[in-house]
Amino acid sequence: MIDFLIQQVAQHAEILITLVKIAILLFVVLTVNAYLTWFERKLIAHIQSRWGPHRVGPHGLLQPLADGAKFLLKEDPTPAGVDKFVYYLAPLLALALALTSIAVIPFGPDPLHFKGHDIYLGIVDLNIGILALFAITALGVYGLALAGWSSNNKYSLFGGLRSSAQMISYELALTMSVVGVLLMAGKFSLRDIIDAQANSHGLFNWGGIFHWNIFAGPFPQILGFLCFFIAAIAETNRAPFDLPEAEQELVGGFHTEYASFKFAMFFIAEYTSMITVSCLCSILFFGGWLSPFPASWTFTTYLPSLLLIPFGLWVIWDGMRYETIFGKLILPAVGVVVTALGAAFLLFPNVNAFVQGPFWLLSKICVFLFVYVWMRGTLPRFRYDQLMSFGWKLLLPASLANVVLTAAALLWRGN
Amino acid sequence: MVPTHYYLILSAILFGLGVVAFMFRRNIITIFMSIELMLNAVNLAFVAFSRALNKLDGQVFVLFVIVVAAAEAAVGLGIIIVIARNRQSLNVERVDLLKL
Amino acid sequence: MNAPLIIFFVLAAMCVLGAISLILQRHPIHSALSLIVVMVALAGLYLLMGAEFVAAVQIIVYGGAIMVLFVFVIMLLNAGVEERTNLSKLAGFAGIPLGVALMGFLAAAVARSQDMVQVATQTGTAAPTKALANLLFQDFVYPFELTSFLILIAILGAIVLAQRENA
Repeated sequence: MIDFLIQQVAQHAEILITLVKIAILLFVVLTVNAYLTWFERKLIAHIQSRWGPHRVGPHGLLQPLADGAKFLLKEDPTPAGVDKFVYYLAPLLALALALTSIAVIPFGPDPLHFKGHDIYLGIVDLNIGILALFAITALGVYGLALAGWSSNNKYSLFGGLRSSAQMISYELALTMSVVGVLLMAGKFSLRDIIDAQANSHGLFNWGGIFHWNIFAGPFPQILGFLCFFIAAIAETNRAPFDLPEAEQELVGGFHTEYASFKFAMFFIAEYTSMITVSCLCSILFFGGWLSPFPASWTFTTYLPSLLLIPFGLWVIWDGMRYETIFGKLILPAVGVVVTALGAAFLLFPNVNAFVQGPFWLLSKICVFLFVYVWMRGTLPRFRYDQLMSFGWKLLLPASLANVVLTAAALLWRGN
Repeated sequence: MVPTHYYLILSAILFGLGVVAFMFRRNIITIFMSIELMLNAVNLAFVAFSRALNKLDGQVFVLFVIVVAAAEAAVGLGIIIVIARNRQSLNVERVDLLKL
Repeated sequence: MNAPLIIFFVLAAMCVLGAISLILQRHPIHSALSLIVVMVALAGLYLLMGAEFVAAVQIIVYGGAIMVLFVFVIMLLNAGVEERTNLSKLAGFAGIPLGVALMGFLAAAVARSQDMVQVATQTGTAAPTKALANLLFQDFVYPFELTSFLILIAILGAIVLAQRENA
């Protein structure tokens, strides 16, 4: 019996490996979502000169757990007169599509070697990678539109219609602004786009940061990146484009009638699409897992350890003088783990080499998430007609101009 | 591999279902959607033949069919909005007079 | 019974069930959702056949734009459940079998031709999108430019039709 099971596992190893990767990635993405909400509340609070969550755990670190418990335990009412099937389908659709889009993102260049199988970091590498992402984004409009309509509430209907119209308008600019990158890379697959950036030779050939798509090639994709980032912020309905879900204007927009768990599903969907957009920005325009330093500067391979060890030591020191006893226990433990990780990278060179790619990709993702939250805390909201005219009259022509200029530059270089 | 005629039988079934939906539904938007279903069935046949004959012309035609369907949907839905505004009903049986 | 055949039957079942649901649902929004299911299943079938670009375009354009347009119009016009009218039941009794007969004839004609069309040997799908683009912009450039005119005419028509009368 056991032999039969082991034999079946060996035969279907690829599928099992993929299932394990999906489970791990789901867990990681949901945890990152939770702590992204903590990060956003803390950062916006500090921008607004206040503290943010700081009671629920040391530095408010257990706030996401409290929020999760609230979402699970709160009453989940269904309003009268809603179309039940569509009402239950909408948050499910939004969440499923948002989580599916993480599947095509590669997180590192080198595979893990495990008993003869090469396990790449990233669930799948489609050769229509970026097109599949656009397809999933295109379907994401339905979550909002159906949520707004099925709620039997005129404010939700307006919010849903506005936000779907906004998403459709900016989807065009989003797709067009990536065409410049696709022209330079020649492939749709995300891994191939990063490899094309590694091998690109452009205006400056000093290695590292100058090979990224935003500086490299015959036409630096600065305009493309700006169009993509702005269109992506509008696409994910984040500030300053968050009129459809603005509390002050439309009560709650399309998710007014959704309570606890269904609202949590919309919430997770929004933050997950934020993460996906940050991944895409770093992969398409900022070199993905490529280091900003030239390859000849080998001392930069110690940067992960150089960052982790002081941070871990600071967390230990901060924990030892924290007010609550809980903080005095948890924070030094976290600090010890982080320091040990940094020391492990120093001591094991092959682990260090493996970790370089994911480290740079994760730090770029963190930079983009920081910019996202920073924009929310700083910029005022667009009015709806300003938003639509900005999308159609400025952003779409700008991204089309980017396509034309990139194509002209490529032709001139003789590619 | 899946034989080509399986795809063609599926395309025929979908087309037939589109015709049945076109004839038996009274809401004009549903009738429009059945037209889209018929166009999709034809697209499936195109791609199946493209794979069987090992040429990409079928897929190019699918792109054209999709573009034409998009244009037709836009204009058709505009007409539907005008009809709904004038007759206050989306039932095709109510649109049976030449003059209002 | 290999994996592609199983996937084909699953996707084909999704298509047919979605189409039947389109016919049988009373509210137009449920019909629209069924049609979206049909389109996504068809995109899966295109992927199974190796037409990746067409599958992506199907989801992006058909599923993400045209059907959104349908859903918008249903929401804006506040389309409700279809009312029952008292037209002849004979049409229903005669029509449904005739419709099924139409499908049967088409399917039988197709099935009888199975010897004529066989699957060609595995195509050189090294860069199908590039080959598709070459074909589209070299052999089919004239229809391609004509479709851009068609879209322009459609945009103008839609704008004119949807304007309110300034009476």
